[in-house]
Amino acid sequence: MPGSDAVLMARAQFAFTIGFHIVLPAFTIGLASYLAVLEAMSLATGRQVYRDVFHYWLRVFAVVFGMGVVSGVVMAYEFGTNWARFADKAGPIVGPLMGYEVMTAFFLEAGFLGILLFGRQRVGRGVYFAATLLVAIGTLISAFWILAANSWMQTPQGYTMTPDGRFMPADWWQIIFNPSFPYRLVHMVIASYLSVAFVVGAVGAYHLRHDAQNQAARLMFSMAMWMAVVVAPIQILAGDQHGLNTRQYQPAKVAALEGDWETEPGTPLILFGMPNMAEERTNWAIAVPHLGALVLTHSWNGAVEGLKSFPPQDRPNSPVIFWAFRIMVGLGLLMAAIGVWAAWLRARGVLYQSRWLRYAVLAMAPSGFIALLSGWTVTEVGRQPFTVYGLLRTSDSASPIGVPGVEASLAALIVVYAIVFGTGLIFVLRLMRRPPTVGESGPQAGVPMRSAGITPAAALRDAP
Amino acid sequence: MLAVVWAGLIAFAVLAYVLLDGFDLGVGVLFAIERRDEDRDIMLNSIAPVWDGNETWLVFGGGGLFAVFPLAYAVILPALYPAIIAMLLALVFRGVGFEFRFRAVSPRGRMWWDRAICAGSTLAAFCQGLVLGGLLQGIRVQDRAYAGGWWDWLTGFTVLCGVAVVVGYTLQGACWLIWRCDGRLQQRARRYARALAVAMLGFIVAVSVWTPLLNSTFSERWFGWPGIALTSPVPILVALVALLFWRGLSRRHDLTPLLCAQAWFVLCYAGLGISLWPRIVPPDITIWDAAAPPSSQRFLLVGAVVLVPIILAYTGYAYWVFRGKVQPGMHYH
Repeated sequence: MPGSDAVLMARAQFAFTIGFHIVLPAFTIGLASYLAVLEAMSLATGRQVYRDVFHYWLRVFAVVFGMGVVSGVVMAYEFGTNWARFADKAGPIVGPLMGYEVMTAFFLEAGFLGILLFGRQRVGRGVYFAATLLVAIGTLISAFWILAANSWMQTPQGYTMTPDGRFMPADWWQIIFNPSFPYRLVHMVIASYLSVAFVVGAVGAYHLRHDAQNQAARLMFSMAMWMAVVVAPIQILAGDQHGLNTRQYQPAKVAALEGDWETEPGTPLILFGMPNMAEERTNWAIAVPHLGALVLTHSWNGAVEGLKSFPPQDRPNSPVIFWAFRIMVGLGLLMAAIGVWAAWLRARGVLYQSRWLRYAVLAMAPSGFIALLSGWTVTEVGRQPFTVYGLLRTSDSASPIGVPGVEASLAALIVVYAIVFGTGLIFVLRLMRRPPTVGESGPQAGVPMRSAGITPAAALRDAP
Repeated sequence: MLAVVWAGLIAFAVLAYVLLDGFDLGVGVLFAIERRDEDRDIMLNSIAPVWDGNETWLVFGGGGLFAVFPLAYAVILPALYPAIIAMLLALVFRGVGFEFRFRAVSPRGRMWWDRAICAGSTLAAFCQGLVLGGLLQGIRVQDRAYAGGWWDWLTGFTVLCGVAVVVGYTLQGACWLIWRCDGRLQQRARRYARALAVAMLGFIVAVSVWTPLLNSTFSERWFGWPGIALTSPVPILVALVALLFWRGLSRRHDLTPLLCAQAWFVLCYAGLGISLWPRIVPPDITIWDAAAPPSSQRFLLVGAVVLVPIILAYTGYAYWVFRGKVQPGMHYH
């Protein structure tokens, strides 16, 4: 049995690789839907600018999708290398869900990505739009399966257990549509949309600085600001609902992210502080009375279970998720605030003139991704010390691999990812630094790309 | 029965991977001796349209193993941990090397990504050989978990398998270049193929002689009755293919060498199957021991039955569209 250090290293390794990976699919999910919207608008209005913006972001999409495929290959094997006992015990349930994700991704690559990337000149507009739409739907189906697997680990149901502690599927419908799944799916998809909206907005803002009349940059900026004012508040509502669901099924997670130790009526909301796991209290807490009860129970005198109601060995690490949660919520509120500010400027007809709004949006470029990673930290660290909540402990999930091995592989992963994804980031930034022009072309001919997948056939015909 | 169907499907995915990604890893390995930029361009352009699809079979194999034979997945990967991690990192490097090479702004950057492609391809191939060898020599299992140490897999046999796979993939790569290139590059590829084929046959013999010595089940399979009825055709076919290969090479056929090289892989794979069946992790775990419950297998089979034929059809179509010789300066990514 691996020691606690080995488990911690294995967790660090998984957190590192999935933290890198998750950003890329989130980017593709949001961007694919954005592309579908742009193409629909282009069809509906016939305006050139929609097509220009479409082609501008299609090039980014190709690079990001490719990097997502690369980091995804590592994920497909990491469940076995580092979490072998989890794989053996929960594999009959989690495995097929992930299997469907793999096949969906395959199918997506096989069928429609080639047309999206290279098919503009070769298929009719209707077919092209259909391909764009199907790629967007495909990314959502991928998210569906991955989040079904993840949510089942958070709120497991529809299983039976063998005497030696393995999970057997009893009812696939219940497994997939487990209690936290709908909330997590909605919250994650909106998070992807917002992340992309703020990147698009920032790119628009960047190019508006140099050329306030650039129509494509104006369109990006404007669409992003619409997203901020409409979708950021929706996300706050969705997050609230997700929180209520978590409170029902994973109360210890909620107690830890609130930094609450006692169970008392009219629970206060701790704004800031430092939870102390050893002394079982939250130091330097600044709290608003009754607000915690209001937020989490939607009643004035409601009581939220404190961390002390759970045995110490079942408590997630409160300081980590307490702060991760505040970063996520803070950024979410900032996004909504920017949306309101932009709407107010728009109403006055000076959306594109405000220098300060442009700077603010530029500064917020990575905010969506930071919020998304913080959110995942809350939900994953909050599930600890279990992999399958309440049923399978993390310490019983890890592979029988010693500390030196996990350490060495983690070090190698960090070096390789830094080089590979660092370079990829430079390429993406280089693409974004180029101002959008009238008559944008799509992905560059003559450059192989990973995301061309197994249907680069579409790329061939009018090659020189 | 369901487990047999799935074992067949996953075996097929792995074979598809070895046949398809084998030649494009081999082309990467050949970067070590093909140093001219224009030649490297042509070599990469010959595989650019197909290599990514080839690699997806590896994900399919891994994902399928997790879903359908979780015990095998949970035992094999920790047992071969360093080799698996090294293989994944090598594939990452090689994969992005492809794209980044063409986007690099300076010749220096390009040179580094060329090295990444070559080293990544070689290391990935070597590690796959290690995994094969490590699996064949057997994995110690206790209480449904790997019970051995760190470097148990590292033996003379696994290193032999590692080198054999590098040589085999490089042979496939050279044969691929014979098919897809012409002129000087094709001539050199013929020379490489000739030398590599001799080496490959040597390695086939070495591995085949060593394998039955690993454990008694293997030797019984290969030399006892009725196993020998199944096994004896394998070496005979290998020799026949060798005959075809040399005839094709000396008559300057374009495609024959590649088909023969792949036939060797198929035959070796069949031999492997004969040795292992019905075990998925020798010496003890059979496919039925390792299988997930029927409900899991059935659930995923529905998707596989629909999607795998479509993926296959697309793969075939892509190869058809990109047939023909690659010319210098021609891009069709």
